[in-house]
Amino acid sequence: MRIAVCIKQVPETKSVKMDPETRTVIRQGVQAIINPLDLYAIEAALQLKEAYDAQITAVSMGPPQAVTALKEAVAMGVDEAVLISDRAFAGSDTWATSYILAEALKQLGEFDLILCGERATDGDTGQVGPEMAAALDLPVVTYVNHINELEDGKLKVSRLVENGTQKLSMQLPGVLTVVKEIGEPRLPTFRGKLKAKEIELPGFDLESLKLDKSLIGLKGSPTRVVKIFRPEVVRNCELMKAETEAQTVEAVDAMLAFIKEESV
Amino acid sequence: MKNIWILAEQDAGEVKAVSYELLTRGLALAEKSGRKLCAMIFGNNISEDGLNELIARGAERVVAVEAPELEHFLVEPYSVCMLDLIKKYEPEIILAAATTTGRTLMPYVAMTADAGLTADCTELDIEDETGLLLQTRPAIGGNIMATIKCPEHRPQMSTIRPKSTPEADRQEGRAGELIRLRAPAEASKSRVYYEGFEPDTEEMNLQDAERVVVVGRGIKTQANIKLARKLADLLGAALGASREVIDRGWLSYPHQIGLSGKTVTPKLYIGIGVSGAIQHLAGMQTSECIIAINKDPDAQIFHVADFGIVGDLFEVLPILIEKLKRGEKIC
Ligand SMILES: Cc1cc2nc3c(=O)[nH]c(=O)nc-3n(C[C@H](O)[C@H](O)[C@H](O)COP(=O)(O)OP(=O)(O)OC[C@H]3O[C@@H](n4cnc5c(N)ncnc54)[C@H](O)[C@@H]3O)c2cc1C
Ligand SMILES: Nc1ncnc2c1ncn2[C@@H]1O[C@H](COP(=O)(O)O)[C@@H](O)[C@H]1O
Repeated sequence: MRIAVCIKQVPETKSVKMDPETRTVIRQGVQAIINPLDLYAIEAALQLKEAYDAQITAVSMGPPQAVTALKEAVAMGVDEAVLISDRAFAGSDTWATSYILAEALKQLGEFDLILCGERATDGDTGQVGPEMAAALDLPVVTYVNHINELEDGKLKVSRLVENGTQKLSMQLPGVLTVVKEIGEPRLPTFRGKLKAKEIELPGFDLESLKLDKSLIGLKGSPTRVVKIFRPEVVRNCELMKAETEAQTVEAVDAMLAFIKEESV
Repeated sequence: MKNIWILAEQDAGEVKAVSYELLTRGLALAEKSGRKLCAMIFGNNISEDGLNELIARGAERVVAVEAPELEHFLVEPYSVCMLDLIKKYEPEIILAAATTTGRTLMPYVAMTADAGLTADCTELDIEDETGLLLQTRPAIGGNIMATIKCPEHRPQMSTIRPKSTPEADRQEGRAGELIRLRAPAEASKSRVYYEGFEPDTEEMNLQDAERVVVVGRGIKTQANIKLARKLADLLGAALGASREVIDRGWLSYPHQIGLSGKTVTPKLYIGIGVSGAIQHLAGMQTSECIIAINKDPDAQIFHVADFGIVGDLFEVLPILIEKLKRGEKIC
């Protein structure tokens, strides 16, 4: 079985800045990590490898620094990693990103399974998994919390929805986006770290992917960010102390009165 | 005429209430842009009453596409149907709920339709000069709001955060056109097969709940969770938790609220022993009314709260529970 895991490098801190000109995230000067939700996709791939002897390729589109994220994936046990990077990719929205990733995956050969995180903690859209599936004309199951067995080329999975769990099976090849319940991501191993140090990462750029230039970057993105602002939180917190029992009773009474008054 | 469409959702043939929230959004946009509001819905044996309800609540046209294979949401059959309607009706705008269905179907369709899609919007407007849809959404864990538009590609598509707007009211006597269609033949092809469903055994759906009680690490032990559960039961609230609680295995992951869990927008949020880390706030700060109980007066959660009790939760909760039990009316 061949598995691709798509991982995105995201800024570590929550104090990210935006470029007022291009209105995209400024990545310089902020420490970058693997999107925490993508660690679950890596974990899912590694579990499948243990069960079905798979070959795992981690794929990331991003600036050259994204190599660090890919190496971390290798240290966790991923077999190989590919960086998709080109200045021309900057400013891509999810549509353009999905197009680029899909083209790269096509060039890397046939995969039985493509795994994604639920969403990236910076863009927060969760669109790339299903969009990439559509671009590759593959089936997709989102919010997967369990991968059960593989039977006759079909993967049995369960999917977390609003009011319960759906049981589904998906004909491979296909795409899954996974959630946290899939399993605690393992830590890098010593052997993995050694391998990560030495591994050569093949890369793809605009030219090697033979992409349609009109479909990438800002130009290829259907959506445009037109304004960014800080949300205003206008809350006036009424604080009550509850140090003594009398205070506690008073505070509880005030709280109940408050709920009543607000009729919530 | 290119119109504004919503994707209504159904479950076992009954129209889901989240569809009426979309009608509220759609009505506002229709009024501002002078376009018509239409609804599409996919399923099998969808209740006629439900479809008429969509009309009564504001849809001037309802297109219901039906086939056995549409009974449960499966991305391929549903996308075949939506793409077919896009071709037939050339919608200017399509709004769907940011549910597990909407957030799967919309990107799958947007890619194929070469359309722009904005996720999880909390505000929508029409730009005066251009008539374009302005879509505003929280980004980067809710720290930043971004307004996004889609100048050229059509339709302009967005998913809308559930509970971010009230349901549209029904108005007796509203007229509308109801069109029932059979699904296109290709809708019978799916590479994903439905095999069953296990409903949550837990009380109620966190994201639908009007009230949520949320426990944080301050609750100290798994055994103490029952205190919070008792409070939740008395208030008719769903129980949620911070990541610290989930990571310790005191409650299961579907209870997690925050950046890597669920986003909730209840009328009432009560946080107990929750510090209010930015990643937690990302999933609850748009709640209508926030109450926090924490012994640390400097806890972050108080910055987003409307009412706070600074005190030991093990002192406060028993009194609160006792009062509610004695039937102190708050509803
Ligand atoms: C990438 C990433 C994603 C994350 N995603 C999420 C997420 O989705 N959801 C989430 O919740 N967190 C998330 N976190 C974790 C988050 O940063 C915090 O660690 C977490 O929210 C803290 O949980 P807490 O408030 O329960 O615990 P703590 O921060 O330990 O707070 C416990 C609080 O309880 C109070 N307390 C203690 N004892 C008492 C008492 N007897 N009476 C009253 N008050 C008391 C304390 O004063 C303190 O304020 C994420 C972190 C990262 C890095
Ligand atoms: N630039 C990228 N490179 C590789 N994978 C990505 C990239 N962007 C998004 N993904 C994948 O798509 C998922 C959803 O991302 P998003 O739609 O941006 O929230 C992530 O969890 C990743 O698995």
